Amino acid sequence: MTTPASSPSLTDNPRCSDWIAFSGDATLVLKSGKVEIGQGIATALVQIAADELDVDPACVELISGHTALGPIEAGTSSSLSIETGGRAVRLAASATRALLLAEAAKLLQAPKDALAVENGRIVVDGRATDLTYWSLAPSIDMTAAVMDHAAPKAPADRRLSGTSMPRIDLELKATGAGFIHDIDLPGMVHGRVLDPPAPGRRIEAFDEAALQRRFPDVRIVRDGSFVGVIAAREDIAVRAIEVAGRLVTWSQGMPVPASLREAIAVDSSQSEAVLSKGDVDADGSRQITTEIERPYLAHASMAPSCAIAIWREGTLEFHSHSQAVHDLRLALAMAFGIDASRIVGIHAPGAGTYGHSGQDDVVYEAAILAHAIPGTPVRVLWSRAADFSLSPLGPGMIVRAAAKFNEDGRITSLTVESIGQSQVSRPGRGGTVNLIAAERLAKPCAKGQPSDVPLARGGGLERNAVPIYAIPNLRVSKRMLRDLPYRTSALRALGGYANIFVIETLMDDIAAEIGIDPVALRLAHLEDARAAAVVTKAAEMAGWPGRPGQGEGFGIAVCQYKNRSAYCAVVVRVICDERVRVTHAWAAVDAGEAINPNGVINQIEGAIVQSTSWTLKERVDFEDDAIATRNWERYPILRFSEVPKIEVSLIVRTELPALGVGEAATGPTAAAIGNAVRQALGVRVRVLPITREAILAAIDPGGSDMA
Amino acid sequence: MDAIELRVNGKSAAVTVDPDTPLLYVLRNDLGLKGTRVGCAEGQCMGCTVLIDSRPQTACTVPIGSVAGRDVETVESLVAGTVRHPLVDSFLREQAGQCGYCLAGILMRAKALLDERVRPTRDDIVAAIDDHLCRCGTHTRIVHAIEQVAGAGRVAP
Repeated sequence: MTTPASSPSLTDNPRCSDWIAFSGDATLVLKSGKVEIGQGIATALVQIAADELDVDPACVELISGHTALGPIEAGTSSSLSIETGGRAVRLAASATRALLLAEAAKLLQAPKDALAVENGRIVVDGRATDLTYWSLAPSIDMTAAVMDHAAPKAPADRRLSGTSMPRIDLELKATGAGFIHDIDLPGMVHGRVLDPPAPGRRIEAFDEAALQRRFPDVRIVRDGSFVGVIAAREDIAVRAIEVAGRLVTWSQGMPVPASLREAIAVDSSQSEAVLSKGDVDADGSRQITTEIERPYLAHASMAPSCAIAIWREGTLEFHSHSQAVHDLRLALAMAFGIDASRIVGIHAPGAGTYGHSGQDDVVYEAAILAHAIPGTPVRVLWSRAADFSLSPLGPGMIVRAAAKFNEDGRITSLTVESIGQSQVSRPGRGGTVNLIAAERLAKPCAKGQPSDVPLARGGGLERNAVPIYAIPNLRVSKRMLRDLPYRTSALRALGGYANIFVIETLMDDIAAEIGIDPVALRLAHLEDARAAAVVTKAAEMAGWPGRPGQGEGFGIAVCQYKNRSAYCAVVVRVICDERVRVTHAWAAVDAGEAINPNGVINQIEGAIVQSTSWTLKERVDFEDDAIATRNWERYPILRFSEVPKIEVSLIVRTELPALGVGEAATGPTAAAIGNAVRQALGVRVRVLPITREAILAAIDPGGSDMA
Repeated sequence: MDAIELRVNGKSAAVTVDPDTPLLYVLRNDLGLKGTRVGCAEGQCMGCTVLIDSRPQTACTVPIGSVAGRDVETVESLVAGTVRHPLVDSFLREQAGQCGYCLAGILMRAKALLDERVRPTRDDIVAAIDDHLCRCGTHTRIVHAIEQVAGAGRVAP
């Protein structure tokens, strides 16, 4: 028997006991470092484990994101929860089953091949025995290495993978106490923290005595320019912090550039090579260039960031909706100057954040407040304004590209340069604290150097800047801006959104130049049959090329997310009148084996809607030194009356590994909209979002009246 | 501090709080009904929508003092007792959620619509919930789930 492929998640957690435990007489405990963030991962992981072990999914209890009880996996990001986390669960569950069956075979003196399992009970030749996993478990060594015993079922033998099991967490989240915001620990009190008008501002004066007189029962915590209040009642904490805001004088800030384009001019960073192939200076008969600008975006989670912290005898326990509790634990250890072994982090679900928003920052603030009252749990909830103006932003980007091609439609060279800030600066990574309150303390933590994701892990700024197409001469580079004042970190798809937008809109510009159909141009340059298949399928679903009427356009775009995860092609139809409306979207997706097909479709639908929202409406604004976007009125997102009709088709390849899918539709949707707008209006809009103003500016770059 | 009596999900409730306290905090913290979501706290996201005397309102903007003697319905009322409200069943059947944070408020808005109007159309449904924000992009499923209960049938595109 050949050894199955391992998973990176097993490197630090190689034993069966890292993943699986048996509890009582009917509960299977599944442990994962990947956490539920609205993407349905909890359900899919339970499906995988129950499938490999032949138990009822209802008997599986999932522990996820618990630093003391569960495996240490990399954060829940990059669409890797199924691809690597799910694979580790499958291997560990299959190894556990093999160990249990070997023990059962010994006890029953029966050949292993004669044994089967029905909901955790051992069956011999179709006859139930007295043995169950729970009776056998004490006799086996669960510390055995997963890869010594792993023997996952053949795809055809899986009963649960590939079925659309309903989400195990949805009912509670729709109707009950399903979120971290709803946890009410015994004796818990409520904290609120004063939001500075902008990061970097200092408190020059604060009438703390007046605040205390007004709220005698409120505990005030001050450290440098960090001010927090603690109250027994949440509504009192809210009022106290409002009053505190009126009793503080802040220093003036240094104005920040109002846009990335302005900022680039003052940044001294240099471009660095990502990938080079052939000679891009070689001749092609024609050349076109493009440059696109994506604004800074907000994660704009529905729920403000929330955390609970409690100190007991010098140890810290925190509850968090962080996507990376292990990394956060390291950051907190650095921030408090204690050993990480004295910190336990426990994940609890929050609202979707689609990346690194304020969910880690708020934990530090809860921990600072809780430190003042050891033994008492302190819950801190950010304001809506803090979530918009203090959380890391999805970084703005400028991407330049140039292509050379011949009259026959053959593209001979492509250069892509991605310019922008760090795409990932999570706390704890690379030895940095990066929790926003740290800079406000009397003794601020040193700021770390911004870093980025290496190309070997999908890249950050340069994610998907390497084209999916067979083009002989290539040069891909990135210019990481390090001196800018904006705080940025991961937002869904990272650089992939802007890089796919630039390459896929350039493809259509080339197609238009030489008068060839955009689908045909793509297919002529796709050597990867799976990529070609999603393009063909999406086009077919949409009735490509359609017969667009006045003000109507169809556009297509494709990617393989990170050049290694799921394949996704999207076609959209737009109507351009007073504004751009995306009325229809068709997506074809190949994610290999789909563990939960309806879950995959849900993720694709969601990514299409969210990307449509980014592409048509969203932009964070700056004023002076601050983020001016502080509420939903300033940050409109796509509404029910604006969402397209969506059709998703999965090309399921049960025999192939599951590929990460959560971010696959984000880039193609945006580029497809750009292409559809070009078809409808004959103009290429290069500054996002594609608003009426951006379209008018593209039509008449010199025009001053945009009304 | 005032003693305030109201009815919540058909049962009488009494709290002694500042009458300016937003209903949201009273529901969640004094009465332990955590299903009403804390969202923007400024009446813009609609996440905390409850019914007051059958009319949808955002609990974050309603002072408890103004609710004295009135009837408040929260999302918990849809799953109380042995029979779940058909809307909840429909949302689960359609898997109309991702993170799920917006659902409680939308469920209450949808209940108000269905209580008020017989067989609302798809357009009626979209108009009713259009101020509710959903960030995961589950809109299509949500509308479809409400349509199923409304009996409005599929409307041709």
